[in-house]
Amino acid sequence: MNYLKLMIPVALLALAGCASKDGASSADGMGEGEIVDGDGVSTYGGSDGADGMATAIGDDRDNVIMNDRIVYFALNSAELDVASMELLKQHGRYLADNPGEKVRLEGHSDERGSREYNIGLGERRAVSVQSILLVQGASVDQLVTISFGEERPADLGVDEAAWAKNRRVELVYER
Amino acid sequence: MRFIRAKLLLFVVVVSLSQALHAELTIEITKGQGEAVPIAIVPFGWQGQGASPFPIADVVASDLARSGRFSPVPESEMLQKPTTGADVDFSDWRILDTEVVVVGRINPQPDGGYLIEFRVFDVFRGEQLLGYRVTSDAAGMRRAAHQVSDLIFEKLTGIKGVASTRIAYVKVSGDRKKPVYQLIVADADGENVRVLLESRQSIMSPAWSPDGRKLAYVSFENGQSQVFVQELRSGARRRVSARKGINSAPSWSPDGRRLALTLSKGDGNLDIYMLELSNQVLTRLTSWPSIETEANWSVDGKEIYFTSDRSGGPQVYKVASAGGTPVRVTFEGNYNARPRISPDGARLAIVHNDRGNYRIAVVDAERAYTQVLTSGNQDESPAFAPNGELLIYASRAGGRGVLSTVSVDGRFEQKLAATQGEIREPSWSPFPIN
Repeated sequence: MNYLKLMIPVALLALAGCASKDGASSADGMGEGEIVDGDGVSTYGGSDGADGMATAIGDDRDNVIMNDRIVYFALNSAELDVASMELLKQHGRYLADNPGEKVRLEGHSDERGSREYNIGLGERRAVSVQSILLVQGASVDQLVTISFGEERPADLGVDEAAWAKNRRVELVYER
Repeated sequence: MRFIRAKLLLFVVVVSLSQALHAELTIEITKGQGEAVPIAIVPFGWQGQGASPFPIADVVASDLARSGRFSPVPESEMLQKPTTGADVDFSDWRILDTEVVVVGRINPQPDGGYLIEFRVFDVFRGEQLLGYRVTSDAAGMRRAAHQVSDLIFEKLTGIKGVASTRIAYVKVSGDRKKPVYQLIVADADGENVRVLLESRQSIMSPAWSPDGRKLAYVSFENGQSQVFVQELRSGARRRVSARKGINSAPSWSPDGRRLALTLSKGDGNLDIYMLELSNQVLTRLTSWPSIETEANWSVDGKEIYFTSDRSGGPQVYKVASAGGTPVRVTFEGNYNARPRISPDGARLAIVHNDRGNYRIAVVDAERAYTQVLTSGNQDESPAFAPNGELLIYASRAGGRGVLSTVSVDGRFEQKLAATQGEIREPSWSPFPIN
């Protein structure tokens, strides 16, 4: 585990905590998301300041993490193309920088061929994604692989275009 | 506790609904009865008051038609409708080229049950081949009719009939974005549909225990694939494998004491394991980095067939259940998966890629000769009938999943479709144990 990598984000959070102490109710120990009644200082997510700082730094990364979470595969393959590798590197670095984050790697196949073998293909794809994330510094306990084989198609069509959309791994962040 | 009660309530509600929905499955013969034997099952005579308690002849005719070997004469074409042997006029039947005539009677019994007697005649020789009596209570008449079918079938062909067997399958219905999955058991003719499990998550791979009392299956109800064993009569379920990662593709040993399973143990590598059900002892059978799955136990229990893509694409292998080096079994084509051994051990049914189409093929276990039996492009999940004569499998028709049955020689085919929703992953029960 690379502790040096963790130290900087933690330090930033600590600073953020100091900044918000003045105006917010975070000082009285209420958890994030609690609305304080009749206080005149109602804050939803007491550490407003901290949020602000974190968002300012991680803006682009958050967009990618939130919106670009699926990688696709060729028929019977678990190989990642260059664009997918680049995307996964970003996710990998995000996970490395945010050790509290956990992600489920959900692997899928298209509907052709045998169902249980397709469970295997989905898993192989999820493992392929997992390897990239680990190389980028994500830790093993942040990642879980699961395969749905052909059981959960994204596209119910019965043609090459639909099948291509189903051969995928989805990164599902547990938030 | 509340959850379990709610689940039971749902089960009960669903069962009584399905009994009301009489025709939940439709059956359509789609190919060739060209060489089928013309047989007349004359409506059985009712010896009591009022209407006949049950259309035995209809059910028998339907059972024999679905075997692929018989072509029943429609009642409207019958020149006479005898109910005893003495009344049979063989010349009338020879005119129709009927080869076999079955006549019978239903007699009311003092205890409220029925005595069914029937006789089977060879038209050309003018001889009785079989005479039999079957008793039944009022509720068991459908089962009795299937018994009559099996007696006739076995007398005429020398092969045990499957009219009294059942099938299990998975049904998917409702909103396509949020479907409902059901594990269903029905009679082989599609009657008596019973929902065993209903879930919002996928159900896969139902497998009958050798004693016909339980089903093993895969359920995603807890978020990941896990293997359950459920007793049909009581509905009691036991979760038998919920190890980290994948738990899938269960197959029963012939003595019913072990399950072959696919596990990944959380390390992403699928392999075949054996699970002793009484004590949860697990034995690993393969340890290749490739995908090993879809185990199927041999008839004598000494070997396990399975799919492996070790060679670059899925092929069928077998390994000794006592452990050993796996041996490859299929060599024709680049995709051979999902092996199912025939009841006599002589053949393997597989999913085979035939020029880009996924079809059911049968491989001769000795000479590895492959014969493609079906003509769809997404055929899968083959299962033998316990007499080895027919294969049921999943295919697609009209844009949705249906089940099809094909005779092992490929000449006869029929289609089973749900009146709504999709059905898939069929498994054929063993012969009932009496």
